[in-house]
Amino acid sequence: MPPISKGLAHSREGDKMSSRIDEMFQFQQVALNLRAARQELIASNIANADTPNYKAKDINFANALRGALAGTAEKLPMTALAPEHLRGNAGESVMGAPVQYRVPVQPSADGNTVDMDVERAQFADNALRYEASVRFISGEGKDVLDALQGF
Amino acid sequence: MSLFNIFNISGSAMTAQSQRLNVVASNLANAESATGPDGKPYQAKQVVFSTVPTPGQVGDGVKVSAVVADNSPMRIVYDPKHPLANEQGYVTLPNVNPVDEMVNMISASRSYQNNVDVMNTSKSLLLKTLTIGQ
Repeated sequence: MPPISKGLAHSREGDKMSSRIDEMFQFQQVALNLRAARQELIASNIANADTPNYKAKDINFANALRGALAGTAEKLPMTALAPEHLRGNAGESVMGAPVQYRVPVQPSADGNTVDMDVERAQFADNALRYEASVRFISGEGKDVLDALQGF
Repeated sequence: MSLFNIFNISGSAMTAQSQRLNVVASNLANAESATGPDGKPYQAKQVVFSTVPTPGQVGDGVKVSAVVADNSPMRIVYDPKHPLANEQGYVTLPNVNPVDEMVNMISASRSYQNNVDVMNTSKSLLLKTLTIGQ
């Protein structure tokens, strides 16, 4: 279909361009947000390492990222047939991904399932991957700038 | 912003662990206090940790919900020369177990260090986030 007027076509082209730049950053942006949320979860596991009956929590990062990108985050809503029915809540969630409990390797007498070795390792791993995402975003920003400025 | 919330979570854990360390110090200092303001020997104290859920956030902090008295039996020592000895020559001394207290102290100190590390890592991640686009 031919454009209605030159000016409008031009602005549409501009919209497409900026949305393309948005799309470029979107993946790393979602990943960074999820990494930050997971970092918080692991920090709370480490903080509660001595709390009786505390259960260590984490998310399945791959599934959470997939759900957040597709906009179809896993949810288990209950059917409410009348307004007074309780709204079903599928438990805690991070950006739509369900928070799961870790399976303890060695059960402890006070019911706490925080394994400090696992948590420290996961914390360091997550921090490194967060940094990687930060670098990727910076790199993408430089790419856009290079494209805009030419050679 | 989740990374800022880590400061609250780790901060609460550091407060709780330092309270635990405080109780250990009190127990060790009073390990030989055969009498107190109420005339009774000192009774060892222990802290109870509990989780503090933060509304709207996934991470949970921690707090000392109670400081409870240790109900294990008092130490009874035969020392007829002691001014507080009873007619049979026995003195009731506090139920502080120095070995337990030392273990508690090391555990509290390690947990404190862990939370300091968590805070430092979060701080450096936030600083790196500020460099995006530079």
